[in-house]
Amino acid sequence: MSAFLAMGGYAMYVWPAYAVFFIVLIADYLNPSLRRRRNLRELRSRMARQAARQQRNPTPP
Amino acid sequence: MNPTRKRRLTIVLLIVAAAAVAVGLIVFALQQNMNYLFTPSQVQTGQANGYKTFRLGGMVKAGSIQRSNDSLKVTFTVVDASGSMPVEYNGILPDLFRDNQSVIATGHMDNARFMATEVLAKHDETYMPKELKDAMAKAHEGKHVNEEAGQDKPQ
Amino acid sequence: MANWIPLWVHKLSSPPNFYRFAGVVRPWALALALITGAVALYGGLVLAPADYQQGDAYRIIFIHVPSAWMSLFIYGVMAVASFISLVWRIKLAEVVAMESAPIGAAFTFITLVTGSLWGKPMWGTWWTWDARLTSELVLLFLYLGVIGLYHSFEDRRQGARAAAFLAIIGIINVPIVHFSVNWWNTLHQGSTVRILGPSKISGDMLWPLLTMMAATKFYYIASLFGRVRTDLLSMESGKDWVKQIADAYGSASAASAGRAGAAEKESKA
Repeated sequence: MSAFLAMGGYAMYVWPAYAVFFIVLIADYLNPSLRRRRNLRELRSRMARQAARQQRNPTPP
Repeated sequence: MNPTRKRRLTIVLLIVAAAAVAVGLIVFALQQNMNYLFTPSQVQTGQANGYKTFRLGGMVKAGSIQRSNDSLKVTFTVVDASGSMPVEYNGILPDLFRDNQSVIATGHMDNARFMATEVLAKHDETYMPKELKDAMAKAHEGKHVNEEAGQDKPQ
Repeated sequence: MANWIPLWVHKLSSPPNFYRFAGVVRPWALALALITGAVALYGGLVLAPADYQQGDAYRIIFIHVPSAWMSLFIYGVMAVASFISLVWRIKLAEVVAMESAPIGAAFTFITLVTGSLWGKPMWGTWWTWDARLTSELVLLFLYLGVIGLYHSFEDRRQGARAAAFLAIIGIINVPIVHFSVNWWNTLHQGSTVRILGPSKISGDMLWPLLTMMAATKFYYIASLFGRVRTDLLSMESGKDWVKQIADAYGSASAASAGRAGAAEKESKA
């Protein structure tokens, strides 16, 4: 196991490289989810405000 | 200036700056890469004369590596198909530096000797385990011997 | 629309249809990416032997080369989608193009950083301005330029149009990156994996590499579809189909918040 981690003496190059790979891609994958949640929340509050306005000033038939 | 326009202006300026850097890099790289390196033959025919420092690229001649006992100084010969150049270097060499390895040394000429400030090892695009490499080397050796034996040598 | 384009493609490019389609495909794409990725990593880090020349340092190849390939491949997709969006004004093409840029930039960044970490022990330097490395760095700037241009306009469609132009113009850099090692003297070595002819890598090292190339492709689909869905929602936020989703989202999160609230009350009691 320690031989595996040592990567023949090149551990300080190999493992950071793999770390960068995973960290960047995880960040990339999660990015739209955060945006989506925020957008839907904002859209819901906008819709609620619109509905409230409609109630106060019902459009004439 | 209202904040939206200011923000847009900043971003546009950043993009323009990035584009300028990109174009600059392309031009720089193309120019440098017309002459990323010179081979020993090219240096010997005077093609590197206009450059104070340049990169020398070639192969380390087998048996030419001489390391000093008490310092990091090392001398070796860089060769290509039709030329050779003695090189002197003081410093740490990359792991892959050895006989018959391709190297790229950065430095300047001092009379007929190349004084290197940096020595990089270039490796080829093959990847294989040591056992396979040894087996291939043996097979090549055997073939070479047989070819010689098969030739009719005049007495 | 041209007659030769089948009806299902026509239907699929409508935002609500693609939103649904992408939502179904995305988890499968991610699952495939994770599975093939795990297999590739096991093959490359554990099973594959050390290289005769580079020892264990060469194992960076299993993430560096697939990332480099993706940095070029995604740029191609982005350029084609940009072209389609400019000529045919198809919203979906525009979204695919614009949302491919950050993923491509991510892979390009990974390529440069992992390459640097590989170059230091093997070549003896973190960086050099040879044609391969420089043109890949230019590729990163192009991606960032597309992203920046897209976001710098208040009118998103206008921004996308400008960014699409940059994406198309920049395609010239892709063959430059690929052929740089043939056209110029470079520190970076030539191509190992050949499409025509034998590859210069032994079999037990090649299969994890090819498997990781497949894994990154699945990943690209998973990431792209997530981004496209989010974008479609915000672009079409006035439409009914989006409002329905917002409603469903609200009741779902209210329900889970309610459940969480009820559970909290129970545990406090």
